[in-house]
Amino acid sequence: MKRAVFPNRLLPYLLVLPQIAVTGVFFFWPALESVRLSVFRTSPFGDKSFFVGLENFRKLLTSSEYYSSIVNSFLFAFGVTAIGLGAGLLVAALATQKIRGLAAYRTAVLWPYGIAPPIAGIIFLFIFHPSYGALPYWLSFVTSYEFNWLLKGWVAMALVIVATAWTHVGYNIAFFLAGLLAIPASVLEAASVDGAGAIRRFRSIIFPLLSPITFYLLVVNLIFSFFGSFGVIHAVTQGGPGRATEIMVFKVYNDGLIGLNLGSSAAQSVLLMLVVIALTAIQFRFVEKRVTYS
Amino acid sequence: MKRWACAVAVVAAALVVGPTESLAKTEISFWHAMGGQLGDTVNELVKQFNHSQAEYEVKALNKGTYPEVLTGAIAAYRQKNPPHIVQMFDVGTQTMLLSGAIHPIFQLMKEQEIAINWGDFIKPVTGYYSKDGNLYSMPFNSSSPILYYNKDAFKKAGLPDKPPATWKEVGEFSKKIIAAGGAKCGFTTSWPSWTMLENTFPWHDQPFATNQNGYTGLDTKLLINGEFGVKHIGQLAAWQKEGVYSYGGRMGQPDPKFINGDCAMLIQSSAVIGGFKKSLKFEWATGQLPHWGTPYKKQNTIVGGGTLWVMKGHKGADDKGVAQFMRFIAEPHQQMWWSVTTGYVPVTQTAIKNLEAGYHFKKNPEQWTALSQLSAKPTPNSLGHRLGNFVQIREAIEGELENVFAGKKTAKEGLDAAVAKGNDILKEFAAASAQ
Repeated sequence: MKRAVFPNRLLPYLLVLPQIAVTGVFFFWPALESVRLSVFRTSPFGDKSFFVGLENFRKLLTSSEYYSSIVNSFLFAFGVTAIGLGAGLLVAALATQKIRGLAAYRTAVLWPYGIAPPIAGIIFLFIFHPSYGALPYWLSFVTSYEFNWLLKGWVAMALVIVATAWTHVGYNIAFFLAGLLAIPASVLEAASVDGAGAIRRFRSIIFPLLSPITFYLLVVNLIFSFFGSFGVIHAVTQGGPGRATEIMVFKVYNDGLIGLNLGSSAAQSVLLMLVVIALTAIQFRFVEKRVTYS
Repeated sequence: MKRWACAVAVVAAALVVGPTESLAKTEISFWHAMGGQLGDTVNELVKQFNHSQAEYEVKALNKGTYPEVLTGAIAAYRQKNPPHIVQMFDVGTQTMLLSGAIHPIFQLMKEQEIAINWGDFIKPVTGYYSKDGNLYSMPFNSSSPILYYNKDAFKKAGLPDKPPATWKEVGEFSKKIIAAGGAKCGFTTSWPSWTMLENTFPWHDQPFATNQNGYTGLDTKLLINGEFGVKHIGQLAAWQKEGVYSYGGRMGQPDPKFINGDCAMLIQSSAVIGGFKKSLKFEWATGQLPHWGTPYKKQNTIVGGGTLWVMKGHKGADDKGVAQFMRFIAEPHQQMWWSVTTGYVPVTQTAIKNLEAGYHFKKNPEQWTALSQLSAKPTPNSLGHRLGNFVQIREAIEGELENVFAGKKTAKEGLDAAVAKGNDILKEFAAASAQ
């Protein structure tokens, strides 16, 4: 790659300034504001506010509810990531086959990503809701099993995991597809000539060559499930039944915007931020070692 | 040629822009949470007001659910640009009262020298929204939970055409209906905490929380895990197991179970009467919220729904418009029209008397049901609830109810947990508000 040389020493800084400004205003400023809020107790309308030190954190770390939301978050994030990556890779592989109408299929598999998560949630409600969903209705003809996630926590969790993975799978497909198409056909042909079967070809050639993309998607999917996966849960379960689908980011919203307990909500978002930073660091430290960049 | 076209365009533009500018009305913003049929009715009411005078233009805006309206209003208030009028639900009352962000309605009307006969408002409504005997927000949409039943399902089971009066009858009727194939489940309940606890307690003259349900102090504790609460919720859990009761989720989510005929009975706010009249495909009628009978006294239910709060932070000149809109809403004609169209109860004695005189309740008995539950003189147990962060408490309660109905906890364990969590929330609110 050619190194860019700027004649003016200020110019490069000027060119990155807009990006830095956006990051500063939309990421660092709110993050710092959260840290500040997390050590205050604030009345709902914000007219009374006083310093409480680490009291908000102490309360969270001694509450069993908070721990259950952490467990739920990990369950949810790993579920969404596993399904999202697995299904993404599978569909991407299918979309590289030489079939009629390929372009139409490729466009279609990317569609779910264009659907806003709350809309996806509503669609899933219409399919799966025990009172008015289509699936429980059809199921009632063939089995006496009652598909009622309004009271069964793990069914509700499975439902929001699948729904969230579905909204995000188009993104994964796009990246996997690009990765698969970038693998030179000549290498695969050579391997075939040498007698490598489909599984062997995948394990020895395709997967290593895809590893940078897989790693990127792993990081992005995990971050997305921890931070950005609020829409589906809000539309489908609102954290219920009980607190079975209350993940950390939903609790941040719920305690802050519905409960109007801004201090606790801010403290939770600080903790959530730490969890995600730690997770990402771990991935770069350990998982990235196994990634082959060409 | 071009010049001509220009001239025409300018004249046309002047014609379009001119009149609106010369009529510049003062805008009064009104944020509410009424969707669907209720939203249409609010818009109609606002339109009538805007046509009735030339100075002010009320702009009604549906900002989503009640909690979303509250959050939106708070954000706007903090940015020093609040709406003039905010519709807030019953459980937001304490938060609004202690916010320092509101202009009490009694005071606004006094300043604007608009005489309103506050004594004309019915007691359960003034009791819920008054402080020191003065109304702080304008009663608007008040409802109470009642029982809806599917007449066809009752007929199929050979039951008489009358609603069950007691919980015992609810159980018996349900079993008969299920056995006769009239429905898959006996009954379901919308807004579980509101119908099954917040209203069921005062209906039996049982205390919901200490400090007279929060009216006399901030150091309030919930009392729902006593004998009465455990008995009631325990029975629901047992019925859930038998299929008599079918839990259908929070808020209005269970409604479809009744609408599509799966459940023969529904306990839900009287506010859905208007919608049901349009949408239900079977014969239906209403009855009072079921009661446990002796030894419990039959008291009154409480009002749900919302009131209109006036927010601080506006030009003093706008106050007059806000006050005029409030007076408009409180007039018997609007009161009657609103309640007849929606199913919310009329909140003034005059409106009720006028409706009675027109035999309205004889012709529409379902609209009398909720009022009949509100007629007793309230006791300290049945005046209402004044709890801080009630939205979050309600959620804690409903989360635990789900654990009980799922069989994960007994009624006692679930209610104990709800009380513990609720008391934490109350303590937090008291600490944040008392400074």
